[in-house]
Amino acid sequence: MRKKIYLDNGATTMMDPKVVEAMQPYFSQKYGNASSNHSLGQEAKIALENSRKIIAKSINAKPQEIIFTSGGTESSNFALKGIAFANKDKGNYIITTKVEHKCVLESCEWLETQGFKVTYLDVDKEGFVNPKDLEKAITDKTILVSIIHGNNEIGTIQDLKQLGNICSKHNIYFHTDACQSYTKTELNVKKHPVDLITLNAHKIHGPKGVGALYIRERTKIMAWQHGGGHEYNLRSGTENIPGIVGFAESVKLALDKKHVTHMTKLRDKLIKGILEIRATRLNGPIRDKRLCNNVNISFNGVEGEAVGGYLDQKGICSSTGSACSELTLEPSYVLMAIGLSHQEANGSLRLTLSRFNTGEEIDYVLKILPGIIKKLRVMSPLGKLIK
Amino acid sequence: MIYSKKTINRFKNPKFAGEIKNADATGEVGNIRCGDIMKIFLKIDKDTIKDIKFQTYGCIAAIAAADAMCELAKGKKIKDALKIKSEDITKKLGVLPAIKIHCSVLGTEALENAIENYKRKKNS
Repeated sequence: MRKKIYLDNGATTMMDPKVVEAMQPYFSQKYGNASSNHSLGQEAKIALENSRKIIAKSINAKPQEIIFTSGGTESSNFALKGIAFANKDKGNYIITTKVEHKCVLESCEWLETQGFKVTYLDVDKEGFVNPKDLEKAITDKTILVSIIHGNNEIGTIQDLKQLGNICSKHNIYFHTDACQSYTKTELNVKKHPVDLITLNAHKIHGPKGVGALYIRERTKIMAWQHGGGHEYNLRSGTENIPGIVGFAESVKLALDKKHVTHMTKLRDKLIKGILEIRATRLNGPIRDKRLCNNVNISFNGVEGEAVGGYLDQKGICSSTGSACSELTLEPSYVLMAIGLSHQEANGSLRLTLSRFNTGEEIDYVLKILPGIIKKLRVMSPLGKLIK
Repeated sequence: MIYSKKTINRFKNPKFAGEIKNADATGEVGNIRCGDIMKIFLKIDKDTIKDIKFQTYGCIAAIAAADAMCELAKGKKIKDALKIKSEDITKKLGVLPAIKIHCSVLGTEALENAIENYKRKKNS
């Protein structure tokens, strides 16, 4: 069987074999509990703290500002609920956007049932938040702003500095979900005025089930998981040492700038090639305002799940924002938020790259795809309308 | 979404995809919102479906269901073709994910619509 061409790295990534190797000793040899005083426990503790240092350094933070969690979803839940409940004496208003990951949106919706008020900001046709809209939405009761850094569907990279400065000016906590952007574009807490950052491992060739929340020193946040007082009393539970070691290793390997250059080159080749097919459009921004690994294209007259189905038959893994692929039978809310019609959203295809993809793989996709679109357009009652 | 082998095979190589020039009747149902539009073309002789083809703007299930429906309808008297139920279509596909059942309903609805149009044309 032909090797798979994996272009769904926005969903998850292959673990780098070097990460697996780094984790290996922590399963059956160095299996101690980092809270134990004996040598095995101390070994685990050292591994934990070394990993914390690596992740802190990658965003220019202090080690004690990194809290390990079970992943992006937990980090965002912790950030939103922890800040909301710890600061409710100051106010009960939260601002977020219409293009957040579900873990932020659902946390906000739950907070609304707990007496908090949430404003969901619109975005422009490329997915950007207008700083003026943010400024306008702020009230004297606003305690938290949460805006995704790199959008998981259309790759839009928000200007953290500009948005963060507005929050700082009003003395409001600023959280960003950086699961997709981490190691792919600069994230530096000395430069970016962000108070909380959601990070995770499995989008950067690390293991699933481990992530972190950066919490700037002196941030008032409430613990959400109680127990033995682990992670500076902010997140109890015996630390997932193999996962954390793997996370740190994946960060070390991902930080090489040449990976970003490589993915950007493949991304632009893919975009250029696909846009040669008639009646297609790119969703999201271009060049350095777009995640280096994200391609999102809408094809007129065809439905995205069917495109993905034929690509899968050829060993190519992709995803779509079509209603057909959703349990709700509603198209992607991100694509709708940037103003796409139902037909455009239903005809969308997302291809997300990793450093392991090659130019040959992209050539193969570009060879296969036009035929698939043609076949589906012949099969579609809307196909004739395409000039 | 997990599809049966039968569904995937039909999706891969649908036998009835395309259009019939000079069709005796056509039928169209669905809407762009949920991403499914189904169009049926019929060639009818002595109240028997001699040829049938479909076009669909839709997902894997919609394409496979339309193809299965066409196979069931071809060669049938129109009064018998109207008895094809969405369950007959899903049976031909093995199983369909629960939220995709409406795709098989779309197939029978498009056929009904085409036959109605045929009758109207004949009587006018």
